[in-house]
Amino acid sequence: MNQNANNTAKKTCEGEINIPLDCLGTGNSGIIYSVEGEKALRKRLLDMGLTPKTEIMIRKVAPLGDPMELCLRGYELTLRRADAHYITVRLKETAPKDE
Amino acid sequence: MNKIKISIALVGNPTSGLTTLFNRMTNGIEHSGQFATPRHKTKEGPVRDHPGVNVIELPGLYSLSAYSPEDLATRDILLNGKPDVIINIVDSTSIERSLYLTLQLLELETPMILALNMIDQVRDNGDTVDLEKLKEALTIPIVPISAVKNEGIHDLIHAAIRTATEKAKPQRLDFCSGHVHTAIHSIAHLIQEDAEREGLPLRFCATRLVEGDEPIARRLQIQAPDRKIIDHIVEDMEFHLDTDREAAMADMRYAYIEKLCSRCVEKSGTRKEQDRSLKIDSILTHRIFAIPIFLCIMFLIFWLTFEVIGAWLSDLLDIVITDAVHGLDVLLTSTDIAAPMHSLIIDGICTGVGSVLSFLPIIGVLFFFLSILEDSGYIPRVAFVMDTLLRPLGLSGRSIVPMLIGFGCSVPAIMATRTLPSTRDRYLTILLIPFMSCSAKLPIYAMFTAAFFADHRALILISIYITGIIVSILCALLLKTVVFNGNPVPFVMVLPSYRMPGLKSVWLRMWANVKGFIKKAFTVIFVATIVIWLLQSFDMGLNMVDSPENSILASMGKAAAPVFAPLGFGDWRAATALITGLSAKEAVVSTLAVLTGAAGGDMTAMLTAIFTPLTAFCFLVFCLLYMPCVATLATIRREMGGLHYAFGVVLFQTCIAWVVSFVIYHIGILIL
Repeated sequence: MNQNANNTAKKTCEGEINIPLDCLGTGNSGIIYSVEGEKALRKRLLDMGLTPKTEIMIRKVAPLGDPMELCLRGYELTLRRADAHYITVRLKETAPKDE
Repeated sequence: MNKIKISIALVGNPTSGLTTLFNRMTNGIEHSGQFATPRHKTKEGPVRDHPGVNVIELPGLYSLSAYSPEDLATRDILLNGKPDVIINIVDSTSIERSLYLTLQLLELETPMILALNMIDQVRDNGDTVDLEKLKEALTIPIVPISAVKNEGIHDLIHAAIRTATEKAKPQRLDFCSGHVHTAIHSIAHLIQEDAEREGLPLRFCATRLVEGDEPIARRLQIQAPDRKIIDHIVEDMEFHLDTDREAAMADMRYAYIEKLCSRCVEKSGTRKEQDRSLKIDSILTHRIFAIPIFLCIMFLIFWLTFEVIGAWLSDLLDIVITDAVHGLDVLLTSTDIAAPMHSLIIDGICTGVGSVLSFLPIIGVLFFFLSILEDSGYIPRVAFVMDTLLRPLGLSGRSIVPMLIGFGCSVPAIMATRTLPSTRDRYLTILLIPFMSCSAKLPIYAMFTAAFFADHRALILISIYITGIIVSILCALLLKTVVFNGNPVPFVMVLPSYRMPGLKSVWLRMWANVKGFIKKAFTVIFVATIVIWLLQSFDMGLNMVDSPENSILASMGKAAAPVFAPLGFGDWRAATALITGLSAKEAVVSTLAVLTGAAGGDMTAMLTAIFTPLTAFCFLVFCLLYMPCVATLATIRREMGGLHYAFGVVLFQTCIAWVVSFVIYHIGILIL
């Protein structure tokens, strides 16, 4: 499962250092680079502590593929994939290595 | 009754334990208070052992930024209601996120204390919070508590009262630095007079304006020239920080909090509670098992409520009521009271009280289990697992539990929507719940399937339930585009760690719900039963009838019957039965039995005289969908805050029931 998620992440976001949060595979961590999106959503995300330079980890994905469970600032948060797409993260171990 | 001398406002994040603390402080006593408006529920109650002290529980929120109508209402209560002291309840296990709201609350310049809830979990993890340092930094009293374990509540109440009487405002409001600091202070200088005129805290207004808060700008009546200056100040800040105003503020607050926590909170590195939660979650939100487990839990709750505990309590209650009524009957007969009076007391009043009481065991037991689910932290997991299914309806996963409870009884289901964070989601869910076929309709299905579909009972029963679900989906799509076309609140939800629910707090939660139901629904159900009795017992000349055929009710049924003719069941007895179904759905069965003269006799023969299998099915569909019973209507009125909503539901559902039955009947005629 974990391996699968990683592969899709690489496929959709290959060659980039910054990727949307929803492309980050289960179990992976990243550092938030930017938060975009519609005003109310964006404000909410910022208020909940999803500010740039915060470390964030994908804990798991719901059984039906959506939403995602995230871990940041010592607590667990759920976010729909569509909303997570507005968050860009920088991968923790620089760029994914090209094969 | 003592005059209210001190009002305490309870403010915190949604999962910080607000309700548990409220119940602890008041022993579960609650009354609607001066701050309550029907759309925005606040709870108010007297603090135990402290006459004259009131506590108000405000809906949970994460920030005073107010991006939703609910948060805006909460903020307005804080700004306009001017509580004497704020208790800011904080989840110590995620202190960083919780303190974000704290920093904003301090700006309100209201006396305030910090309640560090779930401190027992912090201790269990081996972490420590340096209370002295934290107090020094925030300049407000800090009380560590555990609402679930009833730890520190006494100290908290005393600290709150002391802070309120001393009017001790927070000394320090300035947590900013650098360019944000400059911007806030420049704007504060500019709007000082406006804030004073409106009686709003200056510092709060200034930070709100930096964030671009339009409601506050309008309230301060800031004129165009000043607006220009403010915009300029903010642009300047954004330029220097290379970010926008919202991100700059959030970043500034979190930067301060991180620094503060690194000084005051010592983490041992173990996360015992969270690790345990992860283990539980590896089963309960498992990729394959999550949904079956959830369905099993719901099934178990239903089974225990309707078959085991609830049924046992209902039977017990039934015996008591029957005995009491019998005793009263004997007593009345011996006093030689007039026949109409006798009938009023026995058939009217006693039946009315009985039908209110008959709800209690079910509501009590159901809410006992729901409180356990809620206190343990399972409900957010359900929302997490089921979200995808409800999203096309414009709802989030949080609506699934109330909707499933609807299959048991609409009354507790509608009450359970209180946990939904947005008014839009709540209203939409409430309107869909009555389409979930409740258990009171089962006797109707049982009677008809036995008479007409003896070979295919299960099939017919399932198709009825599925019809209800399909209709509710169609209604959701309709309402989503026509009525609730506003933006849904973003589904951003915290998953708190699992907790062992405390028996006392579960009990208090359940009791609050049962009491609320009795208070609000009693009169309505009682009156409805009496009215039905009146209509059943008298004819148009107000003489007592000997045959039910001559009653006012029967006349009403006869008048209404033509409306149902296009649906295939234009018989007046069917129409009359549907009218009595308003008091409770089971009444449809008893009325039909009485009117067809088949009570105790051959029901099947009598029914086949009125219905064909097709019209019987249409009648069942109509029963499934048409207006809910008075208990449900009373609850809708209470939860949605207006009689017009209840009338709207009556009209809406009855129309839908008519249309759907009409379509089924006519398609049926074509096929058969």
